[in-house]
Amino acid sequence: MTGQSSKGNHVSVTGTATVMTGNEAAATAAKLARVQVVAAYPITPQSPVVEQISAWVESGELPAEFVAVESEHSALSVCIGASTVGARTFTATSSNGLAYMTEQVWWAAGARLPIVMCIANRAMAAPWNVLNDQQDSMSVRDAGWVQLYCRDNQEILDTTIQAFRLAEELSVPVMVCYDGFLLSHTVMPVELPAPEAVDTFLPPRTDGLQVIDPTDPRNVGPVVMADPRPDADGVMRPGYMEFRAMHQAAIVSALEAVPRIDGEFGEHVGRTWGGLVWEQDLDDADVVLVAAGSITTQLALVAEQLRQEGMRVGVLGIRCYRPFPAAALADRLAGRSLVIVFDKAMSYGYEGPICADLKAALYGQSDVPAVFGTISGLGGRDTSPEDLADTTRRAVADHAAGIRTRPTEWVNLKMTGGAR
Amino acid sequence: MTRITDLPAESIMLPGNRACAGCGIGIALRQITSALDGKLVLVNPASCLTVLGGMYPTASVAVPWLNIAFPSTAASASGVAAGLRAMGRADEMTVLAMAGDGGTADIGIQALSGAAERNEDMIYLCYDNEAYMNTGTQRSGSTPQGARTTTTWSGKKENPKDVPAIMEAHNVGYVASTSAAYPTDVYDKVAKARGLSGLRYIHMNTPCPSGWSFDPKDTVRLGRLAVDAGLVVLYEVQDGEFHLTGRSAALAKSGLKATVAEYVATQGRFRGMSPETIAEIQAWVDKRWAGFLKREAGE
Ligand SMILES: Cc1ncc(C[n+]2csc(CCOP(=O)(O)OP(=O)(O)O)c2C)c(N)n1
Ligand code: SF4
Ligand SMILES: [Mg+2]
Repeated sequence: MTGQSSKGNHVSVTGTATVMTGNEAAATAAKLARVQVVAAYPITPQSPVVEQISAWVESGELPAEFVAVESEHSALSVCIGASTVGARTFTATSSNGLAYMTEQVWWAAGARLPIVMCIANRAMAAPWNVLNDQQDSMSVRDAGWVQLYCRDNQEILDTTIQAFRLAEELSVPVMVCYDGFLLSHTVMPVELPAPEAVDTFLPPRTDGLQVIDPTDPRNVGPVVMADPRPDADGVMRPGYMEFRAMHQAAIVSALEAVPRIDGEFGEHVGRTWGGLVWEQDLDDADVVLVAAGSITTQLALVAEQLRQEGMRVGVLGIRCYRPFPAAALADRLAGRSLVIVFDKAMSYGYEGPICADLKAALYGQSDVPAVFGTISGLGGRDTSPEDLADTTRRAVADHAAGIRTRPTEWVNLKMTGGAR
Repeated sequence: MTRITDLPAESIMLPGNRACAGCGIGIALRQITSALDGKLVLVNPASCLTVLGGMYPTASVAVPWLNIAFPSTAASASGVAAGLRAMGRADEMTVLAMAGDGGTADIGIQALSGAAERNEDMIYLCYDNEAYMNTGTQRSGSTPQGARTTTTWSGKKENPKDVPAIMEAHNVGYVASTSAAYPTDVYDKVAKARGLSGLRYIHMNTPCPSGWSFDPKDTVRLGRLAVDAGLVVLYEVQDGEFHLTGRSAALAKSGLKATVAEYVATQGRFRGMSPETIAEIQAWVDKRWAGFLKREAGE
């Protein structure tokens, strides 16, 4: 069947139209990517990814090793071991599962392993809450992974396939984040790319910074001192800081690689996603709504509605959050009056992470807009387009009244004060 | 049984490493790597073994060696095994997970239990120096009663965890207890494990002059004294069949040749131990040894 995605720039002639949840899209992407080792541990709302992949491995539909580990720490440990010996590896988790594997999140990055991990975004405990926000992945943004955020299930599928190319090209792990329940459990139309198209876009893994071979014995990942040291032949080798600087350079190079790989995916499969950021109605916009993930779909509706009310509102969606597309954002936001950031996570004691990063990106630029931060949707708090529109109207009114900085607004907070 | 003169003359250990003088790990690692004929990947968490292995960009042992996070040994090794299978490389090498007692009995036991239950294809060797030596001799779940550490200043109150018994309870095909002070016993057990598949667990008592506070020249002597006193017992359990091996098999016939009092007198970590505590430990050893003799007799 011929299909065309709602946001695709190309028409594919080989894809198959179907419907699936975000979790199914993630699992399907791993299968299309011909992953060789998968290890994962169940947690709501990611569990269906694990269940689906284990079923495919059992039935032989996916010729891979599935390791049913006893924890998330071990899930990522298995991926680390398998990726080191050259296998294409995949895992997925959410919330406390991601927190539990945090040590290995850092390890996978520092070891420069091209692991792909899907995050079905969920609130962090305590207290228990299985519903969506983005606190989990935002809390590990500094760990040295590329982080991509998806708007819908088609983007989850396509981005997860792209993530393997990116990871293996840069030798860095990639997290593909999508909102729990809102996407993970919501059925949407999705076009499956033809396996042959994926195979030409994503050939077998050939990177390999690590060598595990008895005929060429190496000590992989030993203690590295602060300063460079000579090897047995007297050649100076990097110290810890040099390795970290190389890692930073690799991550930053994703600013070039993400759009390029997105474009190549378009050539093979027929869809692209905007690379680092995507936009709607931005060219003449005076007020810009900024966010990551599925909330941006709502913001696009809000912008349309507010335009009918006479406000020049546009949307700038962040697809790649790490590396942070600071230059692209500064470029597209210069000259606007007001930017409203809709964070679904909090850096407690400061403000929303995207808001803080965006302000830093604008620092020192000319024609800088006012930036108002908001927090919404924590722990699954329902946020309607009307809530978002009201928030925008209030912000615009404040700005018109001369206000240029505001404390973070908690959208749709229903009780205040009283409890501690 | 291999005799000491039969052990391979060539060593995969390169000259010089960063372990303390007299460290038991180095003695054993030579036999372990030889028994695997150099065809292994050593998966190693944070520990004294990491330090022994070398500091970038130099290495002290000419085998593929993968450093991994402290709690993750058995899981990381599971991943290596799965990766090698997926890549069609499983026949190239044995996966040897090698961790200290802390990395095994304490922080790594969850990953180890999971890997044992899944019967992952690896040799897991715990070298037991009876404390967290790398971080400065703090107590571990494997520290013996009465030992002073930097977190048990007046001597540990509890008996050590019996990790081999825990592994037996996981029904893995091969569980062995050995001592770095008996190189041929180590060699034979690793060589035997090499020929088996699934998870094979070897627990190796490993004297540590720095942490136990004794003269580095006495490593082998003290390791052997622990066996003679019945504190360390050499045995193997293959498919449920129990056998004492080497010196412990001989002691089963002759009776134990040393007492707890004689053993603790040799090490600074036991200094000032009260006669009551010594008697308590002796009673614990006697009971445990009697249990081993019963198992050996097939009772
Ligand atoms: C998660 C984590 N916690 C703590 C440490 C610090 N640490 C490194 S090695 C070690 C002790 C190792 O003890 P053991 O496994 O017995 O090996 P040994 O040093 O005695 O050879 C500790 C506590 C760490 N590296 N990682
Ligand atoms: S502290 Fe003990 S185990 Fe560690 S290197 Fe020194 S002697 Fe060996
Ligand atoms: Mg120890």
